[in-house]
Amino acid sequence: MAYQQGLYPLIKKQNLAKNIYDFTLLCPEIAKEALAGQFVHIKADGFLLRRPISICGINRQKGTLRIVFEIRGQGTEQIAGINEGELVDMIAPLGKGFTLLAKDKKAIVVGGGIGVPPMLEVASHYRENAAAIIGFRNAAAVILDKDFEKNWNKVILCTDDGSAGQKGFVTQALKSRLEAENADIIYACGPALMLKSIIDLANEYHIKCEVSLEERMACGVGACLGCACKTVKNGEEFFAHVCKDGPVFESKEVIL
Amino acid sequence: MANLSVNIAGVEFKNPVIPASGTFGNGREYEKFYPLHLLGGISVKGMTLNPKDGNPPPRIAETPAGMLNSVGLQNPGVDYFIQNELPNLENKGTVIIANVAGSTVEDCITIAQKLDDTCVDMLELNISCPNVKEGGVAFGVSCQSAAGITQAVRKATKKPLMVKLSPNVTDIASIARAVEDAGADAVSLINTVLGMRIDIKNRRPILKNNMGGLSGPAVFPVAVRMVWQVANAVNIPVVGMGGISKWEDAVEMMMAGATAVQVGAAIFSNPYCPVEIIDGLNNYLDDSHIADVNELIGCVKPW
Repeated sequence: MAYQQGLYPLIKKQNLAKNIYDFTLLCPEIAKEALAGQFVHIKADGFLLRRPISICGINRQKGTLRIVFEIRGQGTEQIAGINEGELVDMIAPLGKGFTLLAKDKKAIVVGGGIGVPPMLEVASHYRENAAAIIGFRNAAAVILDKDFEKNWNKVILCTDDGSAGQKGFVTQALKSRLEAENADIIYACGPALMLKSIIDLANEYHIKCEVSLEERMACGVGACLGCACKTVKNGEEFFAHVCKDGPVFESKEVIL
Repeated sequence: MANLSVNIAGVEFKNPVIPASGTFGNGREYEKFYPLHLLGGISVKGMTLNPKDGNPPPRIAETPAGMLNSVGLQNPGVDYFIQNELPNLENKGTVIIANVAGSTVEDCITIAQKLDDTCVDMLELNISCPNVKEGGVAFGVSCQSAAGITQAVRKATKKPLMVKLSPNVTDIASIARAVEDAGADAVSLINTVLGMRIDIKNRRPILKNNMGGLSGPAVFPVAVRMVWQVANAVNIPVVGMGGISKWEDAVEMMMAGATAVQVGAAIFSNPYCPVEIIDGLNNYLDDSHIADVNELIGCVKPW
């Protein structure tokens, strides 16, 4: 498949929470090809390196992609300043997405903070057969909970301080869920410590698990080998690359 | 349309624009954007004798108008390159430059010998990687060691030999003269400039390797200066690189004395950059009524 690079109109922009932005981009040729778990590589004016952002939603009928991202520094701040109607310079779709099982399989998606957006598209595949365990610092930081509900997913909302949903970490909620009901696959994205605990739980319950990783990235296409992450295959450790071998990895291959 | 072709050590390039080693993989990724025959040549990812895993992450840090990298020559080794990457590059209609980055003189000799019967058009001996503990820039910082390895590899190959120089030296012109005397057919410069960034929140370097190589527009004036100094010091062709991101930069680099240019970090932001530079160069020559791109080489009139 050819890579697409071009300027795509930002047709809808929302501020979901403090420093969290929601972009809908009109890019039919990319939307047609894009898969849940892949990412887009966006140019920030005045910066050498593009910013990788996970795909949150794909609408092939409307030819749109949805991305939800957090302002992390000056580059993402610049991107967040792009207005509706303006063009976004984007290379996409990039990377390897999630493995999708049959729609009637039972899936659990687990997202922490800004790791929640990449979970929405994969959860939509399973509709009522997916549980979305999503965690945030507090009520003010909660995003996308209504979107998962619109997907018919069962939403389990967690906050660190209990100001919305249940108090505690997503890993605790995942453990209770697994005690109550089996699952065929777990998908996860979030801080490394969270992913580590989720992978441990997946191993304990013998459930297939895929995680989405991030790393400082340059080319985004697998050429520069900058975004290395330690992985293991057939007992051998080596540096894979988030942009091309990932961002989605089989949990058994990941060394966090 | 002006003549864009240039000749480096007997190798004909259809135009003087070459993606730089380490920024273009072995062409596979960017082939998904445009056909490789548009390019003058490709300098492939640096190769070592045995597979090399590279440095731990983070390997990338953005800087004002540039970036640091500490990839550390991760590559699957010369045999893998010959068996699995070279067949894809062969017959693509572009010059293939093999970047040789062995950690010892003996390794470099063996790599050169292995490449000697392949379709590789030219070797670029990398004595300037700042991110590896063995080899790399250690070869490139003294005239004696630079000449020694050049001479050894020169004897081991029939291919034209270009030597890639480090800017992390006191007098780059004397290093260039040393490798010319040792039998280099061309020199390319500059490799990255050694740099460092610190995360002020956790008081740690951003790069796990602590230091890394700076590239991007930030280093461009340094590169122009060094290309000019080297071009004035040697009689072999100079391939200029370091921070080139637009056709004007390529013209400037050629005026400083470069016969061709390599484009690196700019590709990360704009994959089409090398192709746009070729188009821009062509238009510039036509608009300026210059019939041949070779007229630009070293045409700067210093004060």
